[in-house]
Amino acid sequence: MDSILELRRVSKTFGAQVAVREVSLVIPKGQFFSLLGPSGCGKTTTLRMIAGFEAPTSGEVWLSGARIDPLPPYRRNVNTVFQSYALFPHLSVRGNVEFGLRRKRFEEIDARVRKVIEQVRLDGKESRMPAQLSGGERQRVALARSLVLEPEVLLLDEPLSALDPQLRKHVRAELKDLQRRIGVTFLFVTHDQEEALAMSDQIAVMNGGSVEQCGSPEEIYQRPRTRFVAGFLGAMNWIGKIGVRPECTRISRERENGGRAAVVTRCVFMGPAIHVEARLETGESLVAQVAATERGFEEGSAVHVSWSARDEVRFSE
Amino acid sequence: MRRLRTIFLTPAGALMFATLVVPSLIICTYSFLSRGAYGGVERPFTIDNFERLIAPLYGAIFFRSFWIAAVATALCLALGFPLALFIARSGERKNLYLGLVILPFWTSFLIRIYAWMFLLRDTGLINTVLLKIHAIHDPLPMLYNDGAVILGLVYGFLPFTVLPLYATLERLDPSLLEAAADLGSKPWDALWRVTIPLCAAGFRAGAILVFVPCLGTYIVSDLLGGSKTILIGNLVQNQFTASRDWPFGAAAALALMIVAMALLFAARRRGEELL
Repeated sequence: MDSILELRRVSKTFGAQVAVREVSLVIPKGQFFSLLGPSGCGKTTTLRMIAGFEAPTSGEVWLSGARIDPLPPYRRNVNTVFQSYALFPHLSVRGNVEFGLRRKRFEEIDARVRKVIEQVRLDGKESRMPAQLSGGERQRVALARSLVLEPEVLLLDEPLSALDPQLRKHVRAELKDLQRRIGVTFLFVTHDQEEALAMSDQIAVMNGGSVEQCGSPEEIYQRPRTRFVAGFLGAMNWIGKIGVRPECTRISRERENGGRAAVVTRCVFMGPAIHVEARLETGESLVAQVAATERGFEEGSAVHVSWSARDEVRFSE
Repeated sequence: MRRLRTIFLTPAGALMFATLVVPSLIICTYSFLSRGAYGGVERPFTIDNFERLIAPLYGAIFFRSFWIAAVATALCLALGFPLALFIARSGERKNLYLGLVILPFWTSFLIRIYAWMFLLRDTGLINTVLLKIHAIHDPLPMLYNDGAVILGLVYGFLPFTVLPLYATLERLDPSLLEAAADLGSKPWDALWRVTIPLCAAGFRAGAILVFVPCLGTYIVSDLLGGSKTILIGNLVQNQFTASRDWPFGAAAALALMIVAMALLFAARRRGEELL
């Protein structure tokens, strides 16, 4: 697959603070690519260097075979959907969507606006002002305003975080659909691992300014290369140097082959599942996720825990 | 709660009533009375004073006052905006610069306008220096004209545009300018299409804060404009002093007040608080 965007050993320091440390990434054309990490890990700074709002301290940014890091934002063929959306409050939906088309002297402005407004399902709301729109509608205006310019890469800075949780899951699917339909490369910044896993073709997990691991959602979830990646993507039981996800941990009252004796310390009802916390004889605690229909695990009861070797995650560190 | 509010509002309310409402009512009453033989007012009630105001002589004074106030306001906004923008974008030094903008208020307005007289007059600093270095042969006529009045007004009221414009610029979400750049807007274009339109409230507030006092000024026009430049403020002052025509002065003052209030209402946008 052709790469469209490439970061070569990009670093950014603010005074003595290193925000991004020698990040190299290759983003294939047409992919939904996520930068995932906790706040302060450098993911937003990385995005801002691609958009042109920050200049890298060192390193290079290449877009479609041309170096873009010396260019100002208005000369880069990438567009940003801001976390707060940054819609122009004095312009209508149409005014916001047209803004870039007029600046970049596009032709057939009306037709382009109509098409993108339809794509994001805002028909009939063209003359509304941003203040009159719901959070979801605002987000779609922000998307439309960027997509109408046909950017080579669309940069999205936590675009779902301003939405309420109910809406978020719905918009997640919608956004993924939209990306597939129009085929534009998305570079999506998020701190929500569930969001990243559900939407991405590829994820780069960042921590402390560096990329810790880059791969498909399955790969980084099932074969994390570092403890940080393993822990950030979901709960993990640690038994010595071995990690096992709770959903891969079996728990039963009868002894199985290779099972270890444990005592149930707590049961947490999660809705579709129950998290059974148990303590091994060696003192280590772990969590097993069992179906909510399964009953009979009570605090203090003796159980056996086991897992298959292929679900084990080991780290050399 | 309600009682507390009453207690808190009473002193200021009483002061405003005694020093603003009552005098306004007195002026209103005076404007319908006749001139006393030795100043003051006498009966009968009349509307003569307002009829005289419409006369071409006074109409011209009103027009000039509006014109000069409008020019001074436009200049204050044009000069104040770049200054406000500079201050809003100067990081930690903001407070220092804001302090400098307010600094002139520590000196009496009257003294500062007198200082301009000493700078601008024929034997003033500027003309003396220019004559000394032979840049000119005759003193430049810088004092006692409309230009000097406008200069004095702009000088005196510039902070009143800088402060509200600064307040709106300070609140402006910086990501809006990033969004503009992201969508292909160059810095000047973004200033014109995003920053300035979003400062509309600051421009309106600044315009009102400057225009209304400029309209009523008499110190600046008296000192820098000389006898040739009579504005409404001087007209009112003359009626209460030299001319001893209190009713006519009251009528002129009332007319000015009504016009200024009408402008305030006109400038107020639906659903938006002034200032």
